[in-house]
Amino acid sequence: MLIYLPIAEVSVNAFLLLGLGGLVGILSGMFGVGGGFLMTPLLFFIGIPPAVAVATEANQIVASSFSGVLAHFKRKTVDLKMGGVLLVGGLIGAALGVQLFNALRAIGQVDLLVKLSYVVFLGIIGALMFVESLNAIAKSRKASGPPPRRHHRGWIHALPFKTRFRTSGLYLSVIPPLLVGVAVGVLAAIMGVGGGFIMVPAMIYILGMPTKVVVGTSLFQIIFVTAFSTLLHATTNFTVDMVLAVLLLVGGVVGAQVGARIGVYLKAEQLRILLAIMVLAVCGKLAFDLLVQPAELFSIGMEGSH
Amino acid sequence: MKRLALICALMLAPLAGLAQEDDETPPESIVVGLSQESVAITANFNGSEILVFGAVRRDGPVEGEDPLEVIISIEGPPRPATVRRMDRNYGIWMNVESVEIDAAPTFYAVATTAPFNEVITSTEDLRHRISIPRAIRAVGTGSDRPADFTQAVIRIRSDAGLYQVLENTVTLRGETLFNTSIALPANLVEGDYRARIFLTRGREVVSSYTAAIEVRKVGLERLIYTLAHERPLVYGLLSLVIAIAAGWSASAVFRYIRSN
Repeated sequence: MLIYLPIAEVSVNAFLLLGLGGLVGILSGMFGVGGGFLMTPLLFFIGIPPAVAVATEANQIVASSFSGVLAHFKRKTVDLKMGGVLLVGGLIGAALGVQLFNALRAIGQVDLLVKLSYVVFLGIIGALMFVESLNAIAKSRKASGPPPRRHHRGWIHALPFKTRFRTSGLYLSVIPPLLVGVAVGVLAAIMGVGGGFIMVPAMIYILGMPTKVVVGTSLFQIIFVTAFSTLLHATTNFTVDMVLAVLLLVGGVVGAQVGARIGVYLKAEQLRILLAIMVLAVCGKLAFDLLVQPAELFSIGMEGSH
Repeated sequence: MKRLALICALMLAPLAGLAQEDDETPPESIVVGLSQESVAITANFNGSEILVFGAVRRDGPVEGEDPLEVIISIEGPPRPATVRRMDRNYGIWMNVESVEIDAAPTFYAVATTAPFNEVITSTEDLRHRISIPRAIRAVGTGSDRPADFTQAVIRIRSDAGLYQVLENTVTLRGETLFNTSIALPANLVEGDYRARIFLTRGREVVSSYTAAIEVRKVGLERLIYTLAHERPLVYGLLSLVIAIAAGWSASAVFRYIRSN
């Protein structure tokens, strides 16, 4: 069944969108990630204009994060204070990101920026996860030795404006979480992702937060940052497609629940290595497109009409 | 002397004919019907087909022996566009050059009774802007080779089914009745479309007719598009409310399923 998307101004098969939403939902349920980093490139592949894909995906992430964070509130695994600091950074970052996005859109380099961001970040995260989970599998085969202790980073504790984050059990300067927030906010606006796949490692390895509060806190913060960037995209670019968002999120929320069930049957290391392979595959496809001569060297932009 | 007079007469005859055409109503005029005068883009819009049919009305004797030919074009609203060219920089393919096109039709189809070159001269084509390259107006500056960019627009839009050259697709019966059908693709832009019908004899236009076709988003499509552009803040907030409601209800529904 073809459906005409009012903002994207293209006709797409509704079941394809529901299916994509479902598929990414399953993966996000399995791996505990938002899935924006997979969905946005998939939307590019099926012919949704990049600007619409990025803005609409931000809207869809609001839905999936909200669904996820409710469960974490129930388990009291959301650090509201840390989330608030990350959020302030995130909003600043999102505002900067949308400005950057619009400036590059005006000179015609937005596609390149979005794709390069994807290649760089997916490449780094994918490679790190791959190596880390291979090590974990090798280790679990040998023997169950004591887990490696995380060593404290001196420079982070030398920073001023220290405060206590009770839920996380940390006494830390507000500057590092603020900067992490800004970085993720910029990415959220440019890449149309929640940034969970950057935020979660940053919270664990840079801020030293306990793993059990990381996902809930990151989801909490992501809701507000993606909501803010949805609003910015809607008011400055008119690129949020409500019909597209609804189709994706219906598939997404159902898929996420199915994925969570499948996830139970797999080991954590296996899950992570599968996710790493998937991330690297998306990264490889995008990198390939940048490096190989495209069939059509010209493209038509319609910015003048809006 | 006689011979010279004859030559003069022969040379003046077409001129006289031409002047007469401009001053008075042409001996042949067009009566046209369209299968639809408005196209509604609904949520399940999947393209549309427009039937253009009509008849030639003759009020006077037809001069010359040349057969009648018919050209029918349907043109979408012209919009400015930015055309960009990619090139390899630092090993990566990126946009390096852009050209602003003042106005290019978002849709253009031209159907004829015979191969295009046999039905009209290039001068007449230039005057009436009938062929696709002529329909794209005024390529702006910004490149040393603007022609490449115009060709790129035609190539890309032809591949997308937005520009169509349909030679030999107009059926003409007894030099009087003609009809053709033109397919409008699903990725149509809304606006005021225009159907033009030209009659030619000896590759010269003898009569023309223009009809309007309205292409509009209707219903939900209209509502969403208008809201997004006229009340962007309300639209953005509404999108968020829908997203949060969907997220909340999904979580509630699955909690209910799990508890049973």
